Amino acid sequence: MLKQMEPPVPSEDRPATQAALALHGITKTFPGVKALSDVSLDLYPGTVTALIGENGAGKSTVVKILTGIYQPDGGTILVDGKPTSFPVPQAAAGHGVTAIHQETVLFDELSVAENIFLGHAPRGAFGLIDRKAMTAKARALLDGIGAQIDPEHKLKDLGIANKHLVAIARALSIDARVVIMDEPTAALSHKEIEELYELVEDLKAQGKAILFISHKFDEIFRIADRYTVFRDGHLIGNGTIADVTEADLVKMMVGRDVSQIFPKRTPDPGDTVLKVAGYAHPTEFDDIGFELRTGEILGFYGLVGAGRSEFMQSLFGITRPSAGSVEIDGRPVDIKSPADAVENGIVYVPEDRGQQGAILDLPIFQNITLPSLGRLSGNGFLRLAEEFKLAREYTERLDLRAASLDTHVGHLSGGNQQKVVIAKWLATQPRVIILDEPTKGVDIGSKAAVHDFMAELAAQGLAIIMVSSEIPEVLGMSDRVIVMREGRIAAELAGPDLHPETLVRHAAGISGGPS
Amino acid sequence: MMKRLITSREALLVGAIALLLALISSRFPAFIAPANLVNVFNDTSPLILLAIGQMIVILTKCIDLSVAANLALTGMVVSMINVAVPGLPILFILVIAVGLGTLLGMVNGILVWKLAIPPIVVTLGTMTIFRGMIFLISDGKWVNSHEMSPAFKAFPRTELLGLPVLSWIAITAVILFTVVMTRTTLGRAFYAAGGNPHAATYAGINVGKTQFWAFTISGALAGLAGYLWVSRFAVAYVDIAGGFELDVVAACVIGGVSIMGGIGTVVGALLGALFLGIIKNALPVVDISPFWQLAISGGAIIVAVALNAQANRKKGRIILKQAEQAT
Repeated sequence: MLKQMEPPVPSEDRPATQAALALHGITKTFPGVKALSDVSLDLYPGTVTALIGENGAGKSTVVKILTGIYQPDGGTILVDGKPTSFPVPQAAAGHGVTAIHQETVLFDELSVAENIFLGHAPRGAFGLIDRKAMTAKARALLDGIGAQIDPEHKLKDLGIANKHLVAIARALSIDARVVIMDEPTAALSHKEIEELYELVEDLKAQGKAILFISHKFDEIFRIADRYTVFRDGHLIGNGTIADVTEADLVKMMVGRDVSQIFPKRTPDPGDTVLKVAGYAHPTEFDDIGFELRTGEILGFYGLVGAGRSEFMQSLFGITRPSAGSVEIDGRPVDIKSPADAVENGIVYVPEDRGQQGAILDLPIFQNITLPSLGRLSGNGFLRLAEEFKLAREYTERLDLRAASLDTHVGHLSGGNQQKVVIAKWLATQPRVIILDEPTKGVDIGSKAAVHDFMAELAAQGLAIIMVSSEIPEVLGMSDRVIVMREGRIAAELAGPDLHPETLVRHAAGISGGPS
Repeated sequence: MMKRLITSREALLVGAIALLLALISSRFPAFIAPANLVNVFNDTSPLILLAIGQMIVILTKCIDLSVAANLALTGMVVSMINVAVPGLPILFILVIAVGLGTLLGMVNGILVWKLAIPPIVVTLGTMTIFRGMIFLISDGKWVNSHEMSPAFKAFPRTELLGLPVLSWIAITAVILFTVVMTRTTLGRAFYAAGGNPHAATYAGINVGKTQFWAFTISGALAGLAGYLWVSRFAVAYVDIAGGFELDVVAACVIGGVSIMGGIGTVVGALLGALFLGIIKNALPVVDISPFWQLAISGGAIIVAVALNAQANRKKGRIILKQAEQAT
């Protein structure tokens, strides 16, 4: 276990001042998932603390506890050393805790000033909003952070960077003492990022405690004073940034006990079934090219927003690429719609089951046969007996236990819904199956079942593309891995190169090989 | 098969209708005499036709507010044709009515599909346009009973096996669209497109085109009802069936059709229409003011929606749980 390798941080290493906001021994459990176990986090005035961890490490849950959206199951929240609780988001705001989210939660149709002061606008006569005072105060706040934004403009007219500035002004308007920034630079340009750094420095100088959540090591080393690393809901380490190197942080972030067991496979790649070349999209991805053979599992790793899902959706005909070609079995194909993709033997199991996968109000058998109805009908009339036969065949293959094929999918558990979605696509008898985060939100038991099943499919000669943000899954399941960064292929790795730190380095754009 | 057609929602509605009939018969026993029930059904037939079309539209997450205006425009057009060419066989009149109604429905469908305008806006616009067109072609004049040919007026009243043709048409539509909704790929596409448009798209269904077909069917049924309406009442003018679109939507909602799309059956729409039809026919005979009639219809809608919302609540929690796990 890595926990023992990491000695507890000596107390003299901590700043002398009292933490403005601290979590001690926080635990949070969701049905079937322990999101946080006994984690602590200290945020000191005038200090930027970076929170580092993989997807699913528990960062979002911590932010929700700090802002009163979730209640911890155990542990204490301390404000200036005094135990307190945030039963509602307003309580957190009342203690001066404010969060600036990845996607700014603001209102497009309201003015900048209204966005800044929503819920705490200055009041005038009869308790009505004093618009003049509000605009003036908003202007003062925006000037204070060096933002050249007219407070009377509607928010929708602003670019993403300016929206962030409005969110920051809003945070300052409630006299924030603790500012949480959740991947604030994800959508910003280089110049805008520089301006954001200056702003963070300003906030620091004003004595605010800042929690900075980021995947990017260069910016962590640039602006953070302290770090805290989470992994799988545990606190792995914390301390002063000056005492660690990038390599140390990467190791803390990904190193784990390899307790998860993946199916043993003897990959036997056959002929090339899918060949993609020069695939590009004006805004989402560029120059994607690779080959995929039968019986192979190709992993796609990358940070959130690296363009993996966007590329897959394009390959599946949901969006049109601006350039590029696809060949299946050496024959060029033009995929204009999902129907074309299914016809050509490509299927896509999307990440978001609720949004894109199953139709909850339809029974299991109708969900499974939906993409195959062309085969199961004549002159527009369905052959119900064949439908049931196909549905039964694939529910049995996937070991889906439900009272009846007439059961509505909405009544099934998450794992079983996932099985319905996979059964639906297998029933089309595809050549290539794209699995986007196949085990996200699935309990441990079902995860193993999904992995076993993937191995079985590959053994049967299906070519599999697996998009995953979970490093153990990527490494445990893939024969080859393509790492994407900012819409491009950063690396194609196989064999001995398949190493957690190598993946993270390529995904985050850190130069140099593994230490 | 029957088990899937009559779900618990529909059973509940059958119970409600039985209760309603029992209540009415306690004050006015003649109401449940078979001859009167046949009358009520016949009276409700145009509502049944429109409710079936509307059900399909709502199933795809849309709404068609132009059905009553479509009915009125088609009714006026066939009346004027009948006045101009009294000898034209009824079969032609029927073809013209269904054809024109279909065309008007297609206009709605194209606007929703190709221009992606919200359906409520599209059909609010076409509703006004259709009514305006009636005024333009008729100069605001009525086509009265004495101007219509006897055959034109007789068709819906002709009795076949003890039921007027109007009732037979409603029954045929119920059977036909039950088959369409449960046994065809198009029927399945309506459910899929409304139940989860994203998933339907991934499964290779063109959601916009599916909505187009829903509007087309709704238009065809409205056109058919247009002829039946003017011939039955033997009059056509600008304002016939004014406000009837709201009764149609109400029948769907009472019949368990989810306004969010994806849930609803032909039998449900039929039962919802019958429930409203019974109230409409019974209240005058039990001597309750028509104002109460509106209040009772409105109350029934709210109760129906509240029941549906209750039924869907449990599912909402499951989704929330998954969302939490995912974080």
